[in-house]
Amino acid sequence: MKKPFKGTLGDFLFDLLIWIFLALAVVVCVYPFLYVLSVAISSGEAVNKGLVVLLPVDLNFDAMLTVLKYKQLWISYGNTLFYTVSGTLLNVVFTCLAAYPLSRKRFFLRKQLNFLLAFTMYFSGGLIPIYIVVTNLGLYNSRWAMILPALISAYNVMICRSAFESISEELFEEAAIEGANDFFILTRIAVPLIKPTLAVLTLYYAVARYNDFFSAMLYITDPAKEPLQAFLRRILLQASTEIMQTTSLSMGALSQSTIQVRYVCIVVSVIPIMLVVPLVQKYLVQGTMLGAVKG
Amino acid sequence: MAKKKSQSAYTEKKLPLKKRIYRDRYLLCMMVPVVIFFAVFCYFPMTGLIMAFNKYRIGSGIKGVYTSPFVGMQWFNQFFRSVYFFRLVRNTFLLQFWSLIIGFPIPILFAVAVTQIRRKPIQKTVQVATYLPYFISTVVVCGMINNFLSPSGGIVNQMLNRFGIESINFMNLPEWFRRIYVISGSWQSFGFNSIIFVAAIMGISPDLYEAMRVDGANRRQIIWHLVLPSIRPTIILLLIMTLGSMMSVGFEKVYLLYNTAVYETADVIQTYVYRQGIGTSPPNYSFATAVGLFNSVINFAIVFVANRISRKVTDTAIW
Repeated sequence: MKKPFKGTLGDFLFDLLIWIFLALAVVVCVYPFLYVLSVAISSGEAVNKGLVVLLPVDLNFDAMLTVLKYKQLWISYGNTLFYTVSGTLLNVVFTCLAAYPLSRKRFFLRKQLNFLLAFTMYFSGGLIPIYIVVTNLGLYNSRWAMILPALISAYNVMICRSAFESISEELFEEAAIEGANDFFILTRIAVPLIKPTLAVLTLYYAVARYNDFFSAMLYITDPAKEPLQAFLRRILLQASTEIMQTTSLSMGALSQSTIQVRYVCIVVSVIPIMLVVPLVQKYLVQGTMLGAVKG
Repeated sequence: MAKKKSQSAYTEKKLPLKKRIYRDRYLLCMMVPVVIFFAVFCYFPMTGLIMAFNKYRIGSGIKGVYTSPFVGMQWFNQFFRSVYFFRLVRNTFLLQFWSLIIGFPIPILFAVAVTQIRRKPIQKTVQVATYLPYFISTVVVCGMINNFLSPSGGIVNQMLNRFGIESINFMNLPEWFRRIYVISGSWQSFGFNSIIFVAAIMGISPDLYEAMRVDGANRRQIIWHLVLPSIRPTIILLLIMTLGSMMSVGFEKVYLLYNTAVYETADVIQTYVYRQGIGTSPPNYSFATAVGLFNSVINFAIVFVANRISRKVTDTAIW
């Protein structure tokens, strides 16, 4: 605030209070990540002695290299990439396919289908019946189990539907009179007009896919198909020492503490999110507004 | 008027069914995969709730869901009489209750504070920094909590030791679970949840600020008499929506953070359903379904009431 100070002492103290509060908020949000990064790239000795508090001590990439050399990390990373890209793509396509007919006022099943859609938001069969259906469909340990059960989110369909509804009706009528069918109208006219909304939905779906751990816990036990989050859970929360074991022959590995290896895993997995969030922040604001308008 | 008539084929509603099906054939085609999805993964499982009233035999597949012997309310009675009933309901409610008390006001305070910054780049940077935790996966957040609080090498205990306080085994002490859950939850979501309040504050007309300033109001008075009243409808709406989720705790985070030592305060309805239905062998599908159904019915009732209140108070309803 370069604004020349004018006002009472009370105003000054009030500003000070606000700045302290904001600084605290930023520190609280950034410090944990900075600390994790610092531990990840410090020497094992410094970490074990508890010397790393804020910045890296004795810059050292041994732990980083140990983790990066571990094959299962890349297998699970690749799986997550596949689940995220293909899953999100299918999510967006099917959300549009659901939202467009439901937004057309003339569609004769509109009311009934809208009700059936909304109902799923408030009531579900619950964990066990869904689990039985998915496993009995033969999806256990299949990549489809990571993609199909979360194919369409009713909430996102509603957001997409309001976006389609906000397009002027005359545009559709004219296109129809010109002889365009609904597939043509959807793909060539409606979808390009709601691109900002679709960007937000893509973001929401992609983050959910990238972070999805629950589906993997329920349906995937095969390490060749496990996503990154399932791998991280083993390392971070079940204290698996698999990474240290495989590399115990290589030099320097012994000095690495378990905690350091875990923090490296956090760094490796969080980087894509850290890079994407600042880039898409303007969409975030739009996104919550979409929800609010609907809400 | 003449133009309207020429479009009648397009807008006319009282066509015979066959004609309407023909006219909407492309829309129907689009809906086919969608309907199949909701039928298979939403409505078909709902019929599986019948399991809550029968004794499902393991290995009898989907057919067994409908053909197992009927036992009436046996599973519900068993659940209501067990020690778990009170504990699970209390834990589920308290986790949400404290999340609301601690987690709800912070985004509002933060939104008010962050909009006091007049330099846009600084404001944006502060906001982005606080969004980050929201996008981190539950697994990583829980991994960070677990390792930060660990008695062997965790940063929090290292700090405590430095001040001469003995290490606390946070993750194994029942009295700490709620605090850890609530504080980490508020940490993760306050920045993101503030977006909607920031947008509401940005929407206040600059003329109103100017008018207050001309009248000699200081910053505090502007916040108290202009900013807060302007975002009151948003606050009320979100409060009601949050109340609607009072009995639905996010399963994942509790599951990843708890262990047998803290079940007393940590175990919630959803984690119990998981343990009974999937996490044990042989699984107790019918009993778990009954407990899950109990939770769904309560949730539905709460959302219904919240929606009624919302309609009364704010004229905005979810349905």
